[in-house]
Amino acid sequence: MSGPLLATVSLPDLATFLIAAAICVAGALGVVFGRNPVHAALSLVLTLFGVAVLFVEENAQFLAAVQIIVYTGAIVVLFLFVIMLLGVDRTERVLADQFRGQRFVATGLGALVLAEVLLLGTGHWTTGAHATTGALSRPLSNVAQLGRAIFTTYLLPFEITSALLVVAVVAAVVLARRFDAGVDDEAGTADPPADAPRKTEVGKR
Amino acid sequence: MTIDGSWYLTLAAVLFTIGAVGVLIRRNVLVMLMCIELMLNAANLTFVTFSRELNDIGGQVAVFFVLVVAAAEVVVGLGIIVAIFRRSVGTTADDPHELRG
Repeated sequence: MSGPLLATVSLPDLATFLIAAAICVAGALGVVFGRNPVHAALSLVLTLFGVAVLFVEENAQFLAAVQIIVYTGAIVVLFLFVIMLLGVDRTERVLADQFRGQRFVATGLGALVLAEVLLLGTGHWTTGAHATTGALSRPLSNVAQLGRAIFTTYLLPFEITSALLVVAVVAAVVLARRFDAGVDDEAGTADPPADAPRKTEVGKR
Repeated sequence: MTIDGSWYLTLAAVLFTIGAVGVLIRRNVLVMLMCIELMLNAANLTFVTFSRELNDIGGQVAVFFVLVVAAAEVVVGLGIIVAIFRRSVGTTADDPHELRG
């Protein structure tokens, strides 16, 4: 399969793809096998950056920018913030089994998933309908095209997205609150002896 | 000529598998969330590849929505982790087993 393909691919494209793919896989392996959660988060940045490069390679420039800004700029920073906040940035034994044979079952299942997805991915897969919502080849930039699709065809999902974000914000606020019965937050934190009974009360609920 | 789409799909499959195995073998909840992000990214790569192959902007719109959902998911997930950590001791997936009710 790869023989005739390689002949038709230009060298810069091939080099870009191979380097970005290697970066992606290396970062992913770093996430899974990194002993320190901070290193795992930084490896995740590597993978996200590689995927962004591949987005550019596939003419999805807006998504590449958003990938860098949202994922690397916001989500990973959030991860790092929580790691530092909880103080769990110490190493752990990655391959310690909680259940007997957990690793082998996981690896077997992973191989199964990989085989199945590869089977699906390399078969006859370009059989879908072409350009039902908007062709990519129109003389518009990627951003204009994406914006036009989002604000016309996909307007209702876009509006629902705002509701999702509001729900997420409210959920984060509720989850981060301390539930103190009858004691407001400042009094609760300023009064260490009240800590022990409060905890049992929370546990009972 | 650009790279064939099946290469991207293969890479996405590999990334997805690494993420899935990571969720299965890691016990730190934070790292499990990162592995979920890996799988989401593999799906995004597939979406963009099919968007190019089928000449349809809809795939990129789907990636846009996946990004939003991923952000919301991370916020709620990390909120839950912080809440659990505040009440008990650790961030491995086995620590909340003492929850009652």
